[in-house]
Amino acid sequence: MVTIKPIKKVTDLKQLKLLANQIRQDLIEALVSAGSGHTAGPLGMADVFTALYFNVIKHNPKYPFWEERDRVVLSNGHICPVLYSTMANVGYFPRKELKTLRHFGTRLQGHPHRAALPGLETTSGPLGSGLSQAAGMAYAFQMDNKKNRVYCLMSDGEQEAGQTWEAAMFAGKNKLRNLVGFIDRNNIQIDGNTEDIMPLEPLADKYRSFNWHVIEINANNIQAIIDACNEAATIYEKPTLIIAHNIPGKGVSFMENDFLWHGKPPTAEQAKVALAELKVWRENIMKNRD
Amino acid sequence: MAINSKAYLVPNLYAKDIKKVKTRDGYGKGLVKAGEKNKNVVVLCADLSESTRSEWFQKKFPDRYVQVGVAEQNMASLASGMAAAGKIAFISSYAAFSPGRNNEQIRTTISYNSWGSKPGKEINVKIAGAHAGISVGPDGATHQALEDVGLMRLQPGMTVIVPCDDVECEKATIAAAETPGPFYLRFGRADYPSITTEKTPFKVGRIEEFRSGKDCTIVANGPLVYEAMIAAKKLEKEIDCQVLNCHTVKPLDGAALLKAVKMTGCVVTAEEHQWHGGLAGAVAEFLGENCPVPIKRVGVRDRFGESGEPAELLKVFGLTSDDIVKAVRAAVKMKRK
Repeated sequence: MVTIKPIKKVTDLKQLKLLANQIRQDLIEALVSAGSGHTAGPLGMADVFTALYFNVIKHNPKYPFWEERDRVVLSNGHICPVLYSTMANVGYFPRKELKTLRHFGTRLQGHPHRAALPGLETTSGPLGSGLSQAAGMAYAFQMDNKKNRVYCLMSDGEQEAGQTWEAAMFAGKNKLRNLVGFIDRNNIQIDGNTEDIMPLEPLADKYRSFNWHVIEINANNIQAIIDACNEAATIYEKPTLIIAHNIPGKGVSFMENDFLWHGKPPTAEQAKVALAELKVWRENIMKNRD
Repeated sequence: MAINSKAYLVPNLYAKDIKKVKTRDGYGKGLVKAGEKNKNVVVLCADLSESTRSEWFQKKFPDRYVQVGVAEQNMASLASGMAAAGKIAFISSYAAFSPGRNNEQIRTTISYNSWGSKPGKEINVKIAGAHAGISVGPDGATHQALEDVGLMRLQPGMTVIVPCDDVECEKATIAAAETPGPFYLRFGRADYPSITTEKTPFKVGRIEEFRSGKDCTIVANGPLVYEAMIAAKKLEKEIDCQVLNCHTVKPLDGAALLKAVKMTGCVVTAEEHQWHGGLAGAVAEFLGENCPVPIKRVGVRDRFGESGEPAELLKVFGLTSDDIVKAVRAAVKMKRK
């Protein structure tokens, strides 16, 4: 029997920022190669994924089926470029494979398919089902007195789906303390701004009324993400929701806060500009000027 | 030709006082037995614990029973999550709601989620659709699922079983727990003749011959298997009917079907479901491609149900032994043309 140990947490903030920057650059390149896919969401969530995979969760990419691993459930499957890019950077598969995104025969399906790639915990795409799957995992672990924690990443748009609230009710009823939900609160969805399409506010109050512990943070502040996850681990009677207020397209000026970048990839020309901006950001991180 | 002795059917099959039992009782018993055998078996229910018989499991294993409330979509995906964490999760509701309402959740989070998994990594969710078919009776069309077998049969990797009685339902439930991957188990509400016994052979994916015959093959499942046996009896001096119990609609036992039609040359399908998409669809697709023979279908003819007493409705909707008799005569006539 091999004794499996989790990978060492990256605690240095500068290093984490550099990793998030690399994850952003890699996902831009993957999207250009794919020629379709979503850009703004993945860029916005790069810091959350970096914090989770490099610091927060217990896992080991060499043993993707390790029973003691924490689970990351991506509910809004369309932001999978950031999941793939993070998984590649943390060692689940070679970074060069990112260029196969959405191509025939790839393990990196347009929306994630669990059986295609070891390390993916669920198949997702149709919105509103992830919190249920995550709650099912959390419930099963609680049933068996296991210590695994479950992190469910959701979009804000999918809070419009009724199933999300069925799951929220279930998690509140069963006091799933091992469940942490994240909402990528970037206020955009395909057809426009969330508050125009279907107002979600007061979102925090809604979850509180479903018996969740709610934390609001800046989704691009890695330290705040780690702190919120640590706080969640100290809440024993409730599941925790982290509303991660986010700038869609974060890091690429012409994509930031523009809902038109929700569902399309950059062209090769646009990607050059985007990568140049990200490289400048990287230089600034190196010089502690970010 | 006659009843297959190796089918070990009840000896009083044709007696008026044949014991009638709710098929779902077999589900309740099967759950308890599966739960005793394997501690990973859990049961989820969407506010229908008594009528789906999942409460029998709840009484025995309260810690492994999950009440999710009126939320079939959540139930399907919760079960998917529990299965991903190592459980064998049965989800219980009425077929009209599960797989009726939660079809997409079953498709994405159960069937596709399981599709292509390495052995041991399948998503072991077993969907139990109770109160299926027209014989639900007075509740009316909203609760009479007539398209559920079709829905589930269209999902790659889904095993679909329609047991003919309570005894077979118990065996199917235990088999579902022991066989990897997603399953759909379907059963009706009413009391149906209990025609099989402990000794009756049952294997997932295998057709069982209940009666041998050389003129026409009746392929039936669910409560229509009994009606098919009665029809064959009624016809015995006129047409020699073979009766096949096709409890597993998917994967279909094509070899047994081919063997049967090569002898009889015509087929009647019988099921308490729309006459397209379910058993008839499966049989007609297979035979159309591999051995075209005349086929007549006994099923609901592309319409919704309505309120009424079960026996009355079965008659009105053309799902009785007399309807099978007519279909057999028509199939044999087509064969002779």
